[in-house]
Amino acid sequence: MMEATVESTIEQSADSLVSRPATGERAPVAEGETVGSPFVDSPKMAMRNVDVFYNDKQAIFDVSMDIGSNEVVSMIGPSGCGKSTFLRALNRMNDTIEGARVEGSLRLEGQDIYDPKLDVVPLRARVGMVFQKPNPFPKSIYDNVAYGPRIHGLVDRRADLDDVVEDSLQRAGLWNEVKDRLNQPGTGLSGGQQQRLCIARTIAVSPEVILMDEPCSALDPIATAKIEELIAELSENFTIAIVTHSMQQAARVSSRTAYFHLGKLIEVNDTERVFTNPEHELTEAYITGRFG
Amino acid sequence: MNKSAEKTIDLVNRNLAKRYRAEKRFRFYGLLSISFGLLCLLFLFTDIIGKGHSAFLQTYVALDIHFDEEVLGIDNIDDPAQLMVANYDGVIRKALRDQFSEVSSRRDKRALYALISNGAGFDLQREFSLNPRELLGQTRTFWLVADDDVDTYLKSYRGSGEAFTGRLSEQQRGWVQTWVAEERIEKRFNRIFFTSGDSREPELAGIRGAIMGSLFTLAVTLVLSFPIGVAAAIYLEEYAPKNKWTDLIEVNINNLAAVPSIIFGLLGLAIFINFFEMPRSIPLVGGIVLTLMTLPTVIISSRAAIKSVPPSIREAALGIGASKMQMILHHVLPLAMPGMLTGAIIGMAQALGETAPLLMIGMVAFIVDIPGAVNDPATVLPVQIFLWSDSPERAFVERTSAAIMVLLAFLIIMNTLAVWLRKRLERRW
Ligand SMILES: Nc1ncnc2c1ncn2[C@@H]1O[C@H](COP(=O)(O)OP(=O)(O)O)[C@@H](O)[C@H]1O
Ligand SMILES: [Mg+2]
Repeated sequence: MMEATVESTIEQSADSLVSRPATGERAPVAEGETVGSPFVDSPKMAMRNVDVFYNDKQAIFDVSMDIGSNEVVSMIGPSGCGKSTFLRALNRMNDTIEGARVEGSLRLEGQDIYDPKLDVVPLRARVGMVFQKPNPFPKSIYDNVAYGPRIHGLVDRRADLDDVVEDSLQRAGLWNEVKDRLNQPGTGLSGGQQQRLCIARTIAVSPEVILMDEPCSALDPIATAKIEELIAELSENFTIAIVTHSMQQAARVSSRTAYFHLGKLIEVNDTERVFTNPEHELTEAYITGRFG
Repeated sequence: MNKSAEKTIDLVNRNLAKRYRAEKRFRFYGLLSISFGLLCLLFLFTDIIGKGHSAFLQTYVALDIHFDEEVLGIDNIDDPAQLMVANYDGVIRKALRDQFSEVSSRRDKRALYALISNGAGFDLQREFSLNPRELLGQTRTFWLVADDDVDTYLKSYRGSGEAFTGRLSEQQRGWVQTWVAEERIEKRFNRIFFTSGDSREPELAGIRGAIMGSLFTLAVTLVLSFPIGVAAAIYLEEYAPKNKWTDLIEVNINNLAAVPSIIFGLLGLAIFINFFEMPRSIPLVGGIVLTLMTLPTVIISSRAAIKSVPPSIREAALGIGASKMQMILHHVLPLAMPGMLTGAIIGMAQALGETAPLLMIGMVAFIVDIPGAVNDPATVLPVQIFLWSDSPERAFVERTSAAIMVLLAFLIIMNTLAVWLRKRLERRW
């Protein structure tokens, strides 16, 4: 249902673009300010004036936005514009990169996630991440999913762990395909199955937010469709921030879309608005394919 | 356009023959180098095995030994002390005199006695102590170890051809020939070589002491260098900040790997023996010195193994909230283990063949007793080879080669183990 409507809006947008006034006639936008509605009421995550540096090189400039509870936010933009960098700042994965530095305020339910006293381990249990390339551990399917609950000590009994594994695989839509071979290596699955296994592994620790960095870019269209379906289902229980280079994907899965350009957050709006009537000329240039 | 396409294909075809020829030449060069290497190896092996195989056999002489109370000097058979010090050489000499009754002068007698090894008395003592009551006063035939001169003579003796006589006189050779004729002389498997320590007498010299010394030394080296090396590699790869200091450490580790091993020996001498006043010649010190020597190898190979673990696996672990230590212990180490073990075993193989640093800390001493612990004086296989190759007795030549064979066998076993471990532990993804 939802897919159909979004797709039709995209078609619409293609038509409406022709009849719209030339970009030059738009209301001028103040330099450095994000247009649209980057903020929401009672956000899950609130980022204010975030700068990210790699050594001396600044990759993210003064980005402020919110991610609301149980919404899917997609982040789009030309490659190298800092989408991954910003996403990785949200669960401090940038900590692992030598020379990476994050400034500004990033809060998860009001708590500063860059507080030096905060432990990143529970943070990453609350804000999980799915990566571009499926990266299952070279262990069995079962152990892949069970790893998170084990290290966080979420379950005491083996039977409970079995339940968590089954439930996670169910929710990742993988259970029926793998229930007979849980002891086989996760690396033996197809690419799409591996990615769903990685999603199962992430949701096994019941995170509140799931960050996905181009989760489908290494997958074929059918596997991609399955993951997109899955994202729609997961959004009932989780807050999801997804980076994608595919505008169709952003349009299909997300309710809000953020457009990044050269490290700056240009525009945040309802997905439909971004793809039909972008406020900023750079956004429009991007979605009409003038650069990418 | 069609024309030019034809031309292109013609050109390609013309060049193809040339390319194939070049490729053939290229392959031929490779084949040539490999053949050369194999030839050298073959030469080495045939030489060593040709020289050394005879050391696995040892000449024994059958003598009719009469356990005479008087000659032995035993009056109380229940006294173990008497059994220990009894004159076993005496009964052997008596048996020799009885067999060659024509020998009378002292000089000739001494020449006759020299045909049997000094160590034969100990063998006899062992046999006799097993059941002295039954044997006392009896005559039994025993196979006794012949002297190395007899051994060498018989081994080089082939039918009518020239034989290496060595120190054997005409007369002595006559006696040996008598034994041969009476079938009282025989080459048997040389157990002594594998069960004894070093000796001045080639026929009594064995490599057991050196093997044990090598094992103790390697055990110390492994126990120290593997954990230290892996820990250092983990720190350098995972924790150390990238700055001038770590660069300096890195350069120095690479340099250490190229430092001549004798320098490590000097270091060991100065620090452990002169400063800490640890005893000389013990595997503990040898192992520590070899640890210093193999550490760079272990660290470098461990770092390479850690580096080769895909970053995606690390991110996966961190991404679901594994701590850095959990990431390392659960994911990086298991994946890096085959590489680290291979590096360690190669380091151990290097250490096994190392002589120079051990010479500096006195593991070159002449040690008869087989070491039973890491602080017993010991020598090691390559040093034993060095010592024997330096000995004048001809019988040590074959023993030198045989010891080299044993050392090579150990090296081959270790390298096979490395390959097997790598195959076994390797996980694919
Ligand atoms: N580890 C890093 N070290 C230095 N610069 C980096 C690193 N990762 C990314 N960058 C730089 O930061 C910018 C943003 O990169 P990234 O966030 O990966 O972009 P995107 O995901 O939008 O393609 C790029 O200019 C890139 O070169
Ligand atoms: Mg990216």
